[in-house]
Amino acid sequence: MSHGNGNLVQLTGKDFKSDQEVRWCPGCGDYAILNVIQGFMPELGLSRERIVFVSGIGCAARFPYYMQTYGMHSIHGRAPAIATGLAVTRPDLSVWVVTGDGDALSIGGNHLIHALRRNVNVKILLFNNEIYGLTKGQYSPTSRVGKVTKSTPMGSLDYPFNPLSVAIGAEASFVARAIDTDKKGLTEVLDAAARHRGSAFVEILQNCNIYNDGAFDFVREEKGNRVYLEDGARIRFGVDSEKGVQQYPDGSLRVVDVSEAGENSLLVHDASHAQASLAFALSRITFETHGAVPLGVFRSVDRPVYDDLMSEQLEAAREQSGEGQLEALLHSGDTWTVS
Amino acid sequence: MQLTGDRFTSETAVFGNDLATLPDFPAEIRAPAGSLPGVSGFQVHFADHDILTPGDQPSVLVAMNPAALKVNIGDLAKGGTLIANTDAFNERNLQKAGYESNPIEDGSLADFHVHPVALSSMTVEALKGIEGVTSREAERSKNFFALGLMSWLYHRPVEGTLGFIEQKFAKRPEIVEANTKAFKAGWNYGETSEDFASSYEIAPAKVEPGTYRQVSGNTALTYGLVAASKLSGLPLFLGAYPITPASDVLEQLAQLKHFGVRTFQAEDEIAASGAALGAAFGGALGVTTSAGPGIVLKSETVGLAVTLELPLLIIDVQRAGPSTGMPTKPEQADLLMVLFGRNSESPVPVVAASTPSGCFDAAIEAARIAVKYRTPVFLLSDAYLANGSEPWLIPDVATLPDISTTFATEPNDESGFLPYRRDPATLARPWAIPGTPGLEHRIGGLEKEDETGNVSYDPENHDRMVRLRAAKVAGIAADIPELEVDDPEGADTLVLGWGSTYGAIGAAARRVRASGRRVATAHLHHLNPFPRNTGDVVRAYDKVLVPELNLGQLRMLIRAEFLVDAAGYNKVRGRPFHAEELADAITALVDS
Repeated sequence: MSHGNGNLVQLTGKDFKSDQEVRWCPGCGDYAILNVIQGFMPELGLSRERIVFVSGIGCAARFPYYMQTYGMHSIHGRAPAIATGLAVTRPDLSVWVVTGDGDALSIGGNHLIHALRRNVNVKILLFNNEIYGLTKGQYSPTSRVGKVTKSTPMGSLDYPFNPLSVAIGAEASFVARAIDTDKKGLTEVLDAAARHRGSAFVEILQNCNIYNDGAFDFVREEKGNRVYLEDGARIRFGVDSEKGVQQYPDGSLRVVDVSEAGENSLLVHDASHAQASLAFALSRITFETHGAVPLGVFRSVDRPVYDDLMSEQLEAAREQSGEGQLEALLHSGDTWTVS
Repeated sequence: MQLTGDRFTSETAVFGNDLATLPDFPAEIRAPAGSLPGVSGFQVHFADHDILTPGDQPSVLVAMNPAALKVNIGDLAKGGTLIANTDAFNERNLQKAGYESNPIEDGSLADFHVHPVALSSMTVEALKGIEGVTSREAERSKNFFALGLMSWLYHRPVEGTLGFIEQKFAKRPEIVEANTKAFKAGWNYGETSEDFASSYEIAPAKVEPGTYRQVSGNTALTYGLVAASKLSGLPLFLGAYPITPASDVLEQLAQLKHFGVRTFQAEDEIAASGAALGAAFGGALGVTTSAGPGIVLKSETVGLAVTLELPLLIIDVQRAGPSTGMPTKPEQADLLMVLFGRNSESPVPVVAASTPSGCFDAAIEAARIAVKYRTPVFLLSDAYLANGSEPWLIPDVATLPDISTTFATEPNDESGFLPYRRDPATLARPWAIPGTPGLEHRIGGLEKEDETGNVSYDPENHDRMVRLRAAKVAGIAADIPELEVDDPEGADTLVLGWGSTYGAIGAAARRVRASGRRVATAHLHHLNPFPRNTGDVVRAYDKVLVPELNLGQLRMLIRAEFLVDAAGYNKVRGRPFHAEELADAITALVDS
């Protein structure tokens, strides 16, 4: 149990389970994510009252109800905006946003990109299941072209968003991906996100076993298609690490046989590269185009954090003008006295 | 032109006259000069006694070009003084304004005292030889020439304006010199030209002793928010998106960071309100400012705040609509929107400011209700109050109300913390902010179980929660002042107003009473809930008139709530009422 002075406390995952019954569909990928996150929370080294989960609307958005922390289940798409107000006024808190593909990339797209470019100190976890689950099975902004759903009986016409490409394009300072059932990979990504100062964007591939079952089988089940990114290491993957990633002169990436191409020709991952183009190129590696899916931290760079900058301006203003006095403010400008 | 008007107003305020202003400008930043829609005007009414409106009919009109004449001459009192910048009355400008002949020369202005003054060329002539000032810049100084002339005509003190010019243009000493010279040239022209036979002395108004300043509604609002932050002990967080006529508040608060004020210019109106609500969850005084077209986008956040039962201040500086409407022009037509513009049963208290300086008190009052009752509160202002200004007796900070609150720090039940267990007196729930150990809890937009706040779809519980939220807001009636009635002579007709019509109604009532008739007035500062005696007041009169700058929104509420056959006087011209038209309407009802 935590006792609140913000000092290190010994908590376990159990301490983060609320008394509320979890109501996702049996078999939903959200259960796995919830377990991993509850298990990870003690690693933050914070007592529970310092942690806040904010969500929007959708299946994923029920998440805060199940966490024994402070939490707010808010409005469809608006969680990044609400979390921004909380984070900038309360830098002492660890603020997490839980969102879905419809919540973050459709109705809330605007808030997502602006939170990322500002580099507000919030951790944004996007549970991507490529479908609207809570409204019972309409296509989402990440559903693939031609996807047949209740609202697209002849197949979806929309070209989908690639969540990581969007985040990188929106100047995100931290971008990562993990799989719901991959406890080790997800925990590593959460740990890196938590340690990053500023906005952290994490896409979690999550299976909706009711409306879009098996959407990510090519990487959830086929472990050989997982490309685990390791900073500073050559990018290799496959059951026997027999494949690797090479970079063309134009910056795009291709998958090669290591035995043919040679170890030294493989691309070395550099998550903190000054240019976002490497991370962007990695985000373009998809199962459809390359037969593989990169996982882990794509990009992690230091950039001034919005909350810190705002606090610094307040401090600077106080240094310059002294602590604001209401009396003086009301009397500022031309005054005259009537006796 | 707005700057010139501001300066004249400051001189007048410092001199000690009572005053009221009506800036009237286009939404376009650089609207085509000389065109009818591009006319930018500034009306100021000042007197040696207390006045309530910017005046129906100016006594003096300064027309810088034919378009300005055309747009405003209809307002000038018969026998009034017209000063026209003859340099601008050329063929091209006359044509742009739709004049077939030059009105200064064709006798059409015979009802007025016309003073043709070559403002532009005299200004350019006066500024000859100032190094670094282009002829275009010199021509622009003509507004200061006009200000100098008007300052002479009305014996205004000039030190303030000279100091202002030096400060404002400090980076360009040659412009300081140009504007100063133009100002003095205008003053001297008045003194030496035989065109102006007389000048006017208006003695200071007799007012309550104390220290005064001139204040506009938006500035008073800004100060009120800072005061509310100090008085509540809560740090101020403003989420806003630029919008006319509310942007001043964002800009002015951004300059007050040394008060611990955090301003957040959001990506849109939705995020602006969302961030303010997030800040409120964390224990800040969360505020969002906008105008009608932005308020519509905030509805979902306000609804969430209703059910989260967190304090949130939503300020609507109303402008003419619908949609984009007329961004710089006032209207009072957002009342029903702020009351009812949300899904389901979603009661929100509404406070309205009545005068520019009253925006200060209204901000504190709205914050008081929000914090005490853990509720979103709408504060209504409008473009007329926002930009209009008046002298303000600066309040003694020590006399401002204590609106402090306490956060929950301990569990409120043996079972732990119940986030929706209410204070029996106010029905407000505890405000337990993140960082408070042992009170971790989750709130959200789903219906909550009474007391525990857990998600609940139980029919009886929903009915109970809807009624509790309604009762909480209705109960605020016991905590606000009764509706005051001004009825010196025992009238049978009541004029009931709200918002910025306060001055016009008061001035109209004076005229009606001066004609020997009896009329009572009352003005609502709380629109939800109404003061507890409102029903008694409106039922006590045979006839009730509700003048509004909309098509009858308060009237609809009064009729629905109190079954009183209230009449309306309604205009939506994007301008405040004239006292005269209101006096005519009241007289007609009194005599009926």
